Parts: sequence; structure tokens; C-alpha cells
Amino acid sequence: MATVDLALGQIQGSSSTRVINDFSINVATVNGSGSQSANSVLLKSIFGMGVPVGGKNLFPSNIAGQPTWFLIRASKDGYPARKSVSEILIAMNPETAQSDVAALPPGGVVICEEKLNLEESRQDVTFYPVPFDKITAAVCPEAKLRKLVKNMLYVGVAAQLLGIDLEQVESSLRWQFGKKQKAFDLNFGAAKAGYEYARENLVKSDPFVIERMNETAGKILIDGNEACGMGAVFAGVTVIAWYPITPSTSTIEAATGLLKKLRVTPEGKATFAVIQAEDELAAIGMVLGAGWAGARAMTATSGPGMSLMAEFCGLGYFAEIPGVIINVQRTGPSTGMPTRTQQSDLLSAAFLSHGDTKFPILLPGSVKECFELTQAAFDLTERLQTPVFVLSDLDLGMNNWISEPFDYPTKPLDRGKVLTAEDLERLGSFARYRDVDGDGVGWRTLPGTMHPKAAYFTRGSGHNHAAAYTEKPDEYLAVMERLERKFESARGLAPAPVAVKNSGAKIGFIAYGSTDFALRESLDEIEKQYGVEADYLRIRAFPFAKEIGEFVAAHERVYVVEQNRDAQMASLLKLDLAAGQVGKLRSILHYNGLPVDAQSITKEFARQEGL
Amino acid sequence: MATAASTPKVNHIGLPILEYRGGKSTLCAGCGHNAIAERITDAMFEMGVEPERVAKMSGIGCSSKSPAYFLGRSHSFNGVHGRMPATASGAAVANRTLKVLGVSGDGDTASIGAGQFIHLMRRNLPMIYIIENNGVYGLTKGQFSATADMGSKLKTGVINHLPPIDTCALAIQLGATFVGRSFSGDKKQLLSMLKAAIAHKGTVLLDVISPCVTFNDHEGSTKSYKFMQENDEPVNEIGFVPSFDDIEVDYDSGQIYEVEMHDGSNLRLRKLLEDYDPSDKANAVRTLMESQANDEILTGVFYINTEQPTFVDLLNMVEEPLATLPESVTRPSKEAFESLMAELR
Repeated sequence: MATVDLALGQIQGSSSTRVINDFSINVATVNGSGSQSANSVLLKSIFGMGVPVGGKNLFPSNIAGQPTWFLIRASKDGYPARKSVSEILIAMNPETAQSDVAALPPGGVVICEEKLNLEESRQDVTFYPVPFDKITAAVCPEAKLRKLVKNMLYVGVAAQLLGIDLEQVESSLRWQFGKKQKAFDLNFGAAKAGYEYARENLVKSDPFVIERMNETAGKILIDGNEACGMGAVFAGVTVIAWYPITPSTSTIEAATGLLKKLRVTPEGKATFAVIQAEDELAAIGMVLGAGWAGARAMTATSGPGMSLMAEFCGLGYFAEIPGVIINVQRTGPSTGMPTRTQQSDLLSAAFLSHGDTKFPILLPGSVKECFELTQAAFDLTERLQTPVFVLSDLDLGMNNWISEPFDYPTKPLDRGKVLTAEDLERLGSFARYRDVDGDGVGWRTLPGTMHPKAAYFTRGSGHNHAAAYTEKPDEYLAVMERLERKFESARGLAPAPVAVKNSGAKIGFIAYGSTDFALRESLDEIEKQYGVEADYLRIRAFPFAKEIGEFVAAHERVYVVEQNRDAQMASLLKLDLAAGQVGKLRSILHYNGLPVDAQSITKEFARQEGL
Repeated sequence: MATAASTPKVNHIGLPILEYRGGKSTLCAGCGHNAIAERITDAMFEMGVEPERVAKMSGIGCSSKSPAYFLGRSHSFNGVHGRMPATASGAAVANRTLKVLGVSGDGDTASIGAGQFIHLMRRNLPMIYIIENNGVYGLTKGQFSATADMGSKLKTGVINHLPPIDTCALAIQLGATFVGRSFSGDKKQLLSMLKAAIAHKGTVLLDVISPCVTFNDHEGSTKSYKFMQENDEPVNEIGFVPSFDDIEVDYDSGQIYEVEMHDGSNLRLRKLLEDYDPSDKANAVRTLMESQANDEILTGVFYINTEQPTFVDLLNMVEEPLATLPESVTRPSKEAFESLMAELR
């Protein structure tokens, strides 16, 4: 066939320069078809080959039947961000196959069902048609399992074409299925059948290969939600109250799984309580009730849930009650796109609730920081006696990332300022909201403290330093001014920013959270393509540490890169920076629901700089 | 049984009643809520509850202010409107040794807080939930609440045409295990009911009709002192013998429904309504619905079940409060951590 010959010709032209460990695979499937485990196995197999790899699940808000894409990026340079284009397509969804093929760059590759007859559609890409249905029927006699098994076939085909060892696929399947021998056998049978089919019937005629490296040894593969859940457990969480919402649900599921495994006494008693509440209002109410009573309490939610928590958070601010709220951000406004990512809840978290309220926010920029900053949030919330947010996002939370192994916490838990019955006996009395230490944080007692002077009245209405009801202007002002002092104390206690690069360049970049991955790659591109060296500061908390203002002051202009429309971090910075510094801020924004990619940042930077 | 006149100076844990009092009430003189605060004070005193063990929880409204007027030695949490159940749940789970006492109103419970009320009842959380029910919103000057009876009239002449929510019938259906109604003006009944409530281990829901002297005590109101005095129909007479008192046995057992409470105290319900069986859910709900149709306000203990596991039982937690478990218990070991890391490689 002429078309095939032409395509082969093109590929052969480029295959002299093989593309090793530096490409992206797009697996297009139908959701609910069980492709998730096949994609995990393919990803884990590349990881097992020692090649840095990242996965992104671009899934619909739907149980079954809608198109879904899984992007696997192999990157010898260790860039885990989404690539704007994928070179290899595994086209398993007939509905989107045409458009998926059309999106490939020239020289791309397609692995597809033979019956789809896609070969006619492009002459500049390589097609590997495979009779998936026929092979599946042969290896899987049970008709109802075929849909699932078919997915493992493409893992085998791709492994063979890319040069991934079959043994590697086998050990990834072991990891995936654990002790479920029957599932392992069935799936490995399918992967092997795909592998063998490819070896015997397909002629490798594209440049993309995986070659063994040693870049992943000792590393772990985990998603951010599991890392947050793990952080909570190792921070000694005792009460979790939550309401299911995408994309935060797996945070609580991970925490619950670990609690059941690690936090049950030999007598079989739980040292924790997990409550699925009737809604997010109840979830945060339970967290504050538990935090008030002295428990390390948390909830996890996403945008709509956080909106519902607004009134209670205001109570937490004014009555000064600890509680950790993990918000795994999704695309807003309103219901928005629940299975797409964004960083658009920053401003609403910072000032959630009516009146003069504001909250400390921690911003993990990696799975390791999901683990670490969730722990930090518990210490901070009890130290400051105020609700603390951890803002993650769907990209960080629900996708698998390679990471250095986490570190076991060595710092003891900081349970904050709590007076015991013995303390009260010694002191004679206490006033709940008196600023005895000058940091704006009073001492509290817990209900159940057996001392006649222990009690105080917690209220969201106007109160004085002794927690008594007041409508007196001076008493109200004293409380509000102390709360402001407390927020200032938070600046020094919250995690400091990370100066990724600070070597006296004229141009600075600021980012936070999951934007870090794409920005690091973009900064390399900018240097390579335009010869521009720029500095980069990654923010990890609000209120802002003093280093952030200093960074802005030290640069001529500073690009704030973030994943929302309204430049929320830049806006928040503008409220905080000295007047003369505000004009230095520029914004690079990405908010279409897909994780930001390096190329988009580079392009927008070049445009603004006139390069 | 002890009466107010024969009350000893100190209770069986050695505290005088003064130690159970709270701040001076800022509610209207004659408000039913003040009488309820006094009965709570008496009941806690007579039962010898350690005040420091009590957590007073409330929402927003006149009712929700009242925890300031009793048990000054107890911690108190006045939260947001309609959300007392959530904060109470959090506190009860964080420290299972607390005696959780929630005070809410008819607006706080039956309107803005209806969702949380329903789910709290389902969980049978160990707590006492008191609704100070006056049928109106007082702090916003007298609008109907969702417990206002059909045909009842506001001072302004406005008639309520919507059916009332019967919180007792709802609570019984949903899973509360001690449900009763009383009247702030009936000292004896309310005190006995509160004492029995303190001895119960699951959710106690007490709907206490508590007339609002400013906005709902006029002719045409069905939550007025006069209306209650004329239409109050007790289903039973409540006798309560706490575990630390001697149990007398001079009664006609055929007329008495007797309940052994989990702390060893004894609740005796003398039947006033013919054959009223407070262990029969369906009958309780039917009786309440029929009474509503007949314009009667039934009071008494409508339903009791001492067997049902509580929410805290179901959580299967350690006996110590979760809140104060030491780090050695709440932070898993380094070995456990390392094995988790190994699984992720």
C-alpha cells in the first residue's frame, strides 16, 4: 500500500536518530473499561526500566462510557509535567480515534485495533494495526472479562515495540495485583499475547524506544492524595470527618486504609474515628467540634465543598479552633469540570467566610510535600488555634509521580498551647483569649479538664479576652487586633519559600503547587531557546514569608505562573508587597483544565518579553 | 424522690447547687428557656454529674444563648445556626468521656438545621438534645418557625397554614433512642425527664415547649402558657430513681412500664394514656400523629430503647479520649513507615 510505504519511509528517515526515553504516550480508552490498571502497569514498567516517567489521567466526570485519555511521559531529563503533544497514540476508543490520530505530530505512532482501518487517515504517521478483539478472545475464554483483558494486550504490544523487557511487565503486574494470583495469570497471559503478537507480526519502524537507565532506583511512585492521607496518619490525626467529592475522595480513602492498618490496638480498638458526614457543612462542623475538644481533626474536600464550609471556617477563625482542611482543587467556577485541574481556590481559601477573616494556607509542590505539609498543617493549626488549609490540586493529587522516598518525621508533634488541670492549679485562673506570650495566641483548656476554673464559653459572637460576650467597641477591637498579630506570627511559622534558583538574574519567576513541574522544564527551555537565565522562587505558604518580598525586590520583573484566570497568587502578592514592588509583577496563566505544560509557559513568556 | 424543698445542701459528689449555676440570664423575664435552664441545673446537681465532664453545645437563637445560664463550670460551644449536631458529634467522638448536652431551638433544629438534626438522630450519638420550642423566631422579632401549628396566629394576626414538623415523631422514626416532650412550665415532669436523660447512653431528644412571652404567648398561639395548661396531655407520669438511691417497690406494677437504665438507675413510666407502650416505635409515631389531628399536645416519654448501640460503640474506639492520646499511640512507628515506602518502590 502506497500510504503505508510513505509512512514507513518517513519513519525510517528519522529512525537513524532514535528517540530514547523522551516521548509521551497517549492511551485513549473508554472510561469504565478497566484501562486504569493497564496504564499503571505500563507506567510502572517504564519506571522499572529506570526511566523517569509521569502519568496523567485525563478522565471524564462519568462512571462509564465516556472517552478518557491517559498520558504517560518518559523523560530522560526527569521532566514529569504534561507535554503539549504526545508522539505515540494507543487508540482503543473508536469514537475518538479519528481526532486522536489527527492530533499526532508528523512522525507519530499509532497502535490501534485493526478493524478501525485508521491507516488511511494520515500518511505521515506509523500505524501498528493489531487484531485486539481476535487475540483477546483467544486468551480469555470468559467473555465478560474480555473488556478488561483487552487493555493488558496493548501493554504487551507497546512493551515489545518500545523495547520494554517482558520481565519488567511481569514484575509490574505483580506489584499491581499483589497476591491475586488469578488476576495476575489472566493479565500476564494477555500482556504476553500482545508482546508475542507484536514480535511476530509487527516490524518496528518508528524511532521511539525505552532504554534502561538508572534514574529511578530507590524512588517511589505515589499520587498526592495518598501522600496527603499518609501525612495525616503520621501527624497523628485522630478524627476525620468528610463528604465524598472528586478529586479529594482518595485522600480520605488512603488515610482510612492506613489508619485501619496502623492505628488499631492489639485489642482491636481504633485510636481514630472516621465519619462520613451528611454534607461538607457537617464535615467541617465535626472537625471543629473535635478540634475544640482537643483532637487532631481534618477534612478533605474540593471547591464546592470548601464553599459550603465558609461559615464554619469563619467561626473557626473568630473562636480560634484548630482543624486541617485539605482542598484538592478542581476546575471551577461552580460545578465546573470536576475531573480537570486548576489552582483557582487560592483567594477563596485565603479569605473564606464573611467579615475580616483570613487563613494560613500551605501549598505542596510535590507528592513529598503533600506528605510533609499535611503534617506541618496539623502542627500549625494547633500552634495557631485557627483552621489551616492545604491546597493541592487534581493533577498533583490524582496522578502518579516519581519521588524520593519520604522521610519519617523526627520532630515531635506540636500540640500547641493547652493548659492542664495542674497548670490551672498553679496559675489560679486563666483568660482564654489573653495574649500572654505576645504572639497573639492565647492558651486554651480542653473540655473534660477536671478543674473548676477550666471552663470557658466558646462563641462566634463578640467576645472579650476572657471569652465573655461583648458588644463593647474597645473589647472587640482588642480581639481583632490580636487576631491580626496572630496572623503575623503565622508568617514565621509557615513553611518558607524555596529559592529554586536565585543567582542575581534580572528576571524572576514565582510559582506554587503543581505548576512547579512545568515551570522547571520551561526555565530550561527559555535558557536553551532564548539564552535567558531567570531566577525562580516557589511559594509554599500564605501568609507570605519575608523572603518573598525580598525576592521581588531583587528582580526587575517577576512572572507569577499559575493555573487560574484571575491571577490569584499575583493578586494576593499585590496585597502584601510594598507599594513600589507591585508594578513588577507579570502573570502567565493557564486554566483550560489540563495540567500546565512547559511549552505554553515558554511561549507566553517569549510573547510578553517580545522575544 | 428528692424534691426541691428536701434537697440537701450538697449532692452525692459533694457539690452545692451553686456550682451548677451559670451566668445571669439576658432573656426576657418569664421566658420558658429560663425555666429549662433552672431544671437542667437541678437535674445535673441531683444526678451528681461532674460539671467539668459536661460539654454544652448550641447553635444560634434565643435557645442557643441559654447554655450561658447554667453549668458555669462546664465548657460551652455556641456555634453557627443549625449546626449544633455537627460540633456536638465532633466533640463526642474526640472525647468519649464527655457528657454532651445540646441546646437548640425550633428554628435552629427544624428549619436551618433540619438536615443535621436528621443525621444526628440516625447516628444515636451519645448526647442529650434539647429543643427549646416556642414556635417563633425571637431574635428577629416573631416570625413563624417550622414547628408552629396549623392555624396558630402571630401577634400581627398572620395565620400559619403549613403543617408543623413534629421533631419527636421524626426522631423516633430516625433512630433516637430516648424521645420525649415536656413543657417548661411543668417542673416535676421536666426534671424527671432530664434526670432520666442523663442516665441514658444514646441520643436523647427532648422537645420542650417553652413559651415566648414576647412574641408567642397571646390568644391564638398554640405555644402559649395558657394553651399548654389547657391542652397538655401526658402519656405517662415519670418516676426516676437514680442508681445511687434506694429503689422502693411500692407500686402497682400493672400500670408501670419499668426501664433499667445502663448506669443502673431505674425509670418508671406510669401509664396515663391507655396501654401506651414506649418501646413500640410504630405506635409512638401513630399516637403522636393522631394527637396532632386532635389538637392535643402530648407530653411524656414517647419512646425508649436502651439496647441500641450508640455511634461511639460502632466506631469501636479505645476507652481513652482520642483528643489526648499520646504521640506514641497516634504516630505509627518508623518500621511501619519504612515498609510503606518499600511497597511504593
